[in-house]
Amino acid sequence: MALTPADVARLGELARVRLTEEELVHLAPQLDVILASVARVAEVAGADVPPTSHALPLTNVFREDVVTESLAADAVLAGAPSVEDGRFRVPRILGEEA
Amino acid sequence: MSGLLRAGAAELAGRIATGEVSAREVTAAHLDQIAGVDDRIKAFLYVDGTRALAAADAVDAKRAAGEELGPLAGVPLAMKDIFTMKGAPTTCGSRILEGWVPPYNSTITDKLLAAGVVVLGKTNMDEFAMGSSTENSGFFTTHNPWDNSKIPGGSGGGSAAALASFEAPLAIGTDTGGSIRQPASVTGTVGVKPTYGATSRYGVVAMASSLDTPGPCARTVLDAALLHQVIAGWDPRDATSINAPVPDVVAAARHADVAGMKIGVVREFGGDGYAPGVEQRFAEALAVLEGLGAEVVEVSCPHFDYALGAYYLIMPSEVSSNLARFDAMRYGLRVGDDGVNSVEEVMNLTRGAGFGAEAKRRIIIGTYALSSGYYDAYYGSAQKVRTLITRDFDAAFAQVDVLVSPTTPTTAFTIGERADDPLAMYKADLCTIPSNLAGNCAASIPCGLADGLPVGFQVMAPALADDRLYRVGAALEAELTSRWGGGLLDQLAESPSGAYLNVGGVR
Repeated sequence: MALTPADVARLGELARVRLTEEELVHLAPQLDVILASVARVAEVAGADVPPTSHALPLTNVFREDVVTESLAADAVLAGAPSVEDGRFRVPRILGEEA
Repeated sequence: MSGLLRAGAAELAGRIATGEVSAREVTAAHLDQIAGVDDRIKAFLYVDGTRALAAADAVDAKRAAGEELGPLAGVPLAMKDIFTMKGAPTTCGSRILEGWVPPYNSTITDKLLAAGVVVLGKTNMDEFAMGSSTENSGFFTTHNPWDNSKIPGGSGGGSAAALASFEAPLAIGTDTGGSIRQPASVTGTVGVKPTYGATSRYGVVAMASSLDTPGPCARTVLDAALLHQVIAGWDPRDATSINAPVPDVVAAARHADVAGMKIGVVREFGGDGYAPGVEQRFAEALAVLEGLGAEVVEVSCPHFDYALGAYYLIMPSEVSSNLARFDAMRYGLRVGDDGVNSVEEVMNLTRGAGFGAEAKRRIIIGTYALSSGYYDAYYGSAQKVRTLITRDFDAAFAQVDVLVSPTTPTTAFTIGERADDPLAMYKADLCTIPSNLAGNCAASIPCGLADGLPVGFQVMAPALADDRLYRVGAALEAELTSRWGGGLLDQLAESPSGAYLNVGGVR
């Protein structure tokens, strides 16, 4: 199953985490060991066993349909890395060719 | 002053209520202790003495006005830096959130403040609660008060170390795979993971949402119960909160009677990989409970051997999804916003720079486990194991009232020892993880020392039977304390190795 540093780099890009060359070389063998160990779960996961995604048997939890106070915009924007005209300022979202 | 520091929360609240001591004096004593020893312990990321003293003054003013005080009014508390509190920085031990000041309180913060509990500050933790030693904190490593070269456990090592160094009589933590219980075990303190959904996650920065459980930390079982009662209960702002009454955990802690209880020892948790000293203290604690009239039987939970594997697939999968919120747009760090880089590139650079090694490992594992082609073999199989573990618990609890095991296989390991061996680090949570997967409640109670370091005794009970943890814990604690002539931490306070804590001498 050996994960290569290139595999890890691809996973990093999927997860939007830029990893350095050094990190890739360090992470690949570590992840291999971890994945080999956790893969044991397949030994007992028979087709007849239903999956559990959550410990509580809750579905469709709704709150009362009433208007409640929300946070003030300036309180929320105070934590933003960049703000312009009372809004979050973000880097460009379109590619060069757009 | 050392009397105020050595006293438990119940005692302090009582003395404050009668006016024998003011809440301000109690808070000031703990702030002084933090100033005196935290350069060695490094439990706190942030201390706000002004806020704490103002909160204490408010309790004193209420008392002066003749208003009734709650059972923990005026008692100081150390808050894990994963709970939001208006006006106080919340980092979760991560550089990516450095300097972020939340605009709202977690539900638990609100409950604590309403109860008159005095928050001293925010405690250190492994980044986003991922780790068993605080070595994954983006800021610094916390030291075990028993031996400063040892880890204090994790992720809530800061909260546990604050208790064990007498910087605070109460603390709160979160337990996703053992992050309350394992630090309690290695610091000689009490830590409880309530039933999943019994304590609100609203305003608690999410790590793995189907597992995260906030809970109380203290130096005695009764103090943990008093705190449990304050923080537990249904919260409409948390969609996975249980709308059911909280069991009377305080009455259970005061009752402290195990006569006629059936206690099951988990056969799978022992042997290879368990330190002989840990197994010895555990066996002695069992004998104590038997002596108090409990019936002890052996129980097998065959799928617990697969719990670690299931956990290290389910948890990273949820982590990779939850940590996607740290996208450099609405809060936290932003790197590379030079007017040229695209939003994707800024996300890549920010997350690459802001997350530490363990966060990256888990994000990558989760991304892999959820990717098409691997989903069924990894995440799907792990979810099936989760079912099998829940069935093991159900079968066991049909035979016994509680299950018990060592909390963690070894005593505190040395700082650095497992830093580059993730799998060895993960094994610290071997015995605690099953209860997170099944959602039942569990606690760690000190049961003695092995080679001079604390050993924890884990009690596990069915969902919504949290009171049983306190019954067993309090019975064990009462008997051991009477044999030792004081609590385990009294031994640290009185010993030469604890002299630097300055809390020795007659209470």
